Amino acid sequence: MTTTAKPDAVGVARTRIEGRDKVTGAARYASEIPFTELAHGWLVLSTIARGRIRAIDDAAVRALPGVLTVLHHGNAPRIKDDVIGALGRPDPIVEVFQHDRVPHAGWPVALVVAGTSEQAREAAEALVVTYDEEPHDVSFDADKEGAYVPQDAETVKGDVEAELAASTVVLDAAYTTPEQHHSAMEPHAVTVRWDGGRLEVFDSNQGSKWVADDLANLFSLDLSAVRVRSEHVGGAFGSKGLRSHHVAAVMAATELQRPVRIALTRRQVFAITGYRSPTAQRVRLGADADGRLRAFAHENRSMTSTLREFVEGSAGFGRTMYDSVAHHSVDRVVPADVGTPTWMRAPGEAPGSFAVESAMDELAEKLGMDPIALRVRNEPTAGPISGLPFSSRNLLACFEEGARRFGWADRDPRPRVRREGNRLIGTGVAACTFPSGAAPSTASVTAEPDGTFTVRITAADVGTGARTALTVLAADALDTAPERVHVRIADSDFGAAWVAGGSMGTRSWGWAVMAAARDLREQLTLRGTEIPAAGVTVTTNTAELIAQLAQKERYAFGAQFAEVAVDVTTGEVRVTRLLGVFAAGRIVNPLTARSQLVGGMTWGLSMALHEEAVRDETFGSHVGADFAGYHFAANADVPVIEADWVPDEDPDDPVGIKGVGEIGIVGTAAAIANAVWHATGSRQRHLPIRPDRVLLAEADRAGHDA
Amino acid sequence: MREFGYERALDVPGAVAVLGGDPEARYLGGGTNLVDLMKAGVERPARLVDVRELPLDRVEPTADGGLRIGATVTNSDLAAHPEVRRRYPALAQAVLAGASGQLRNMATVGGNLLQRTRCAYFTDIGKPCNKRVPGSGCPAVAGEHRNGAILGASEHCVAVHPSDMGVALAAFDAVVTYETAAGPGMLALADFYRPVGDTPHLETALPAGALITGVTLPAAPVAAHSRYRKVRERASYAFAVGSVAAALDVQDGVVRDARLAFGAVASRPWRATAAERALIGGPADADAYAAAADAELAAAQPLSQNTYKVPLIRNLVVALLTELEQHGPEGAR
Repeated sequence: MTTTAKPDAVGVARTRIEGRDKVTGAARYASEIPFTELAHGWLVLSTIARGRIRAIDDAAVRALPGVLTVLHHGNAPRIKDDVIGALGRPDPIVEVFQHDRVPHAGWPVALVVAGTSEQAREAAEALVVTYDEEPHDVSFDADKEGAYVPQDAETVKGDVEAELAASTVVLDAAYTTPEQHHSAMEPHAVTVRWDGGRLEVFDSNQGSKWVADDLANLFSLDLSAVRVRSEHVGGAFGSKGLRSHHVAAVMAATELQRPVRIALTRRQVFAITGYRSPTAQRVRLGADADGRLRAFAHENRSMTSTLREFVEGSAGFGRTMYDSVAHHSVDRVVPADVGTPTWMRAPGEAPGSFAVESAMDELAEKLGMDPIALRVRNEPTAGPISGLPFSSRNLLACFEEGARRFGWADRDPRPRVRREGNRLIGTGVAACTFPSGAAPSTASVTAEPDGTFTVRITAADVGTGARTALTVLAADALDTAPERVHVRIADSDFGAAWVAGGSMGTRSWGWAVMAAARDLREQLTLRGTEIPAAGVTVTTNTAELIAQLAQKERYAFGAQFAEVAVDVTTGEVRVTRLLGVFAAGRIVNPLTARSQLVGGMTWGLSMALHEEAVRDETFGSHVGADFAGYHFAANADVPVIEADWVPDEDPDDPVGIKGVGEIGIVGTAAAIANAVWHATGSRQRHLPIRPDRVLLAEADRAGHDA
Repeated sequence: MREFGYERALDVPGAVAVLGGDPEARYLGGGTNLVDLMKAGVERPARLVDVRELPLDRVEPTADGGLRIGATVTNSDLAAHPEVRRRYPALAQAVLAGASGQLRNMATVGGNLLQRTRCAYFTDIGKPCNKRVPGSGCPAVAGEHRNGAILGASEHCVAVHPSDMGVALAAFDAVVTYETAAGPGMLALADFYRPVGDTPHLETALPAGALITGVTLPAAPVAAHSRYRKVRERASYAFAVGSVAAALDVQDGVVRDARLAFGAVASRPWRATAAERALIGGPADADAYAAAADAELAAAQPLSQNTYKVPLIRNLVVALLTELEQHGPEGAR
């Protein structure tokens, strides 16, 4: 018997299915979907950093042209304050208009709704809010009191102090990373309307079922009474869960009984949609002369609000990364009168890798060892803390391939020896890792009478290419061509599914789609080929399948290489080359996977050199919270970036996909900082590496040389 | 929305007459700064008089060998003009170092001179700022001032002027011409911006209602041998943290003529006259260049976050003069 094998769709580079719609403007985003009778809401944010609202004089504003209502704590409906959703409690910012307390600058104190966006804004700016101000404290100093260790935030193995004392070489260094913001290209926006007793929400989010259920619970509605859709999302990165504008829009749509839209300005995005906390980290490494780690100690401090504990868990990075005789890692948090931080691309790993991977480079320097050789020396055979086997761990293959492509063997390890014109040249390297999780999701696959298939899953395509990835996964599982598969996503009516987060989307959703497709094929085999008019639909949830997974350390790994050119007379650092080689399981769509990795590395470059939100402690609010003030890499800062991968198969894993959404940003900043050291001979332990910091380092060198 | 009037002027007397003495009215050039400030609530003009269609869009040689640049010449056209590139290369380089291609296509010479500081306190109506609300205080002094002024500032304001173009104009003794209802007038760029003192909100010496009609650059042979160098916190699309325009004429190892102006160090483009005096007649070497920079920077009063600007400007002066001496206005650096 001969069979004609259909070529696999997975593994073939493929442009986004909705790409044409996006570039032609045909794709409608949350604030672009037209509605008749649409009203526009404008949030009024607190100008004080702590205190109470004394009065809101809304009478004058209600009389302004077009104004339909003004919502605030004096008249807004009460919502539930004990909701626990799929990802825990909603961000505290959802508790708007529930009390007179102002916990931080930018807290939403009112919503003005009017017939046009311009009328709403003018009225919102005219609204007089008086406050009883209280002293605030937004500082994040090293010696600030009130820091504590949250639950499960400390890991201890052996006696770190004793092993440090027994070490031949000890590295003890402090690193900081500043407050950073997601600020996706598409600012947050939502449109809400009541339709036949159902709340219809047109949103830009990372998980429509998550947002729908949290909204339903907050407003004490049946889960089935809320439908959230999020067809296209212009970036999210952790910031697009349920937030204050959703809640305010529902309140207004309910009062007015007409559609209400709230679209945030860029400055509002900075103020009320979450951010990455600053971190202050100390890394202590102790090693034998041959580089074997005796002690690994990593202490991290991050900031949280007075409302909720959020931990930027940077100290977790080393727990699976390096073997050592003794290990101590701990995250501490400091509450301050600031907005609650949230997940931002590679939360924990991004700042944590900067500290640890910089420290490893410093240790290699002290040991007189090649930094890659030091990592090889400390490569674990099983989870250093857990003792569990790795599902697959191909970090060394990444270094090997990366070193070959980068020409690492020809590198002169001495710092400050390569010069081209006025610029000093250096290269650096760092390792990276990110967990590869899976969460239960529901998918439906329908065999249509015309021979096509429709897939329904509450996935979110936040720009990653998820819709396209799921299409090719379904096509292969159905043994059909991708053109015959229609994937519908981002509709809470499709059931519970994991969110676009934790680099778990493609793995979790893909698993559900493949499982449903296989179940459908079985059904079709049993039924024969006749498809009824309504089609044949199979719905599958992966909870049981995921529960059957063996306990293992499941991570993606990678090696980041950077070359920089530094003009030490001006402090300008330019990255001239970035190479990332990753071991990230099965790559579904090489085109969009590479785009994710290159995007992450670009952000890592930005983190290394540019990004930094500044708070004025006097006012407790940001200074320059817009794209003029908050710098990220411009095109001219970004060199040709190469991202590629090595084989990383796990025959025991039913899907083999590890996720590539976040690992690209991990380790990049360390590789660049290490390259800056190699170029200049000065360590840059504080991000971003601005011209003033490079100039001050040069002044320090001159002082020491003199 | 906040409503405002809009009128398009077709000739200079008409523009001046339409604006009249209305303190609530503003001339609108490319709008690349004014419109942003209107959106942010910093500027709230009652009326805009659009001057982009005025016949001021030419770059013309003057009888004495200089150039006259119309007020509505766009940045892009200015930088591309062959006579600008030949006679004042630092000016073309400075313009191209600013903003983005799209903005340079819109922005005009007149508007460039009148653009406002990008100090983050000035652009945030939720915070005090003596420049925006006289007497409200300057939080930058105790707060964020990494890009603040080191020369000519006061406790009332440490904002820097954001223009790149203006730095080159300052080096070349530019004269600003304007029109008022009472007739034309002119101001040397050195006198165009007022000292900060305790009146940072009073930025220029232009009479009320005056319309900038152009900028005249006097002939200056040394200017053909000039460069501009800008340092910013990313490679493009950012304002300077320090910049230098320099021109140099060296004969037999001796500096015959020199021009120097600094950007992002003061409330105005900073002509470095003390440095020029130190250079002229002296040797053309790195030590002399550094000494000249130090002569100017002796007056610097950096704050805690911007001490780096002193070595930055000093290094830029040395680098730029060295490059000029070795490679001319273009070529390797």
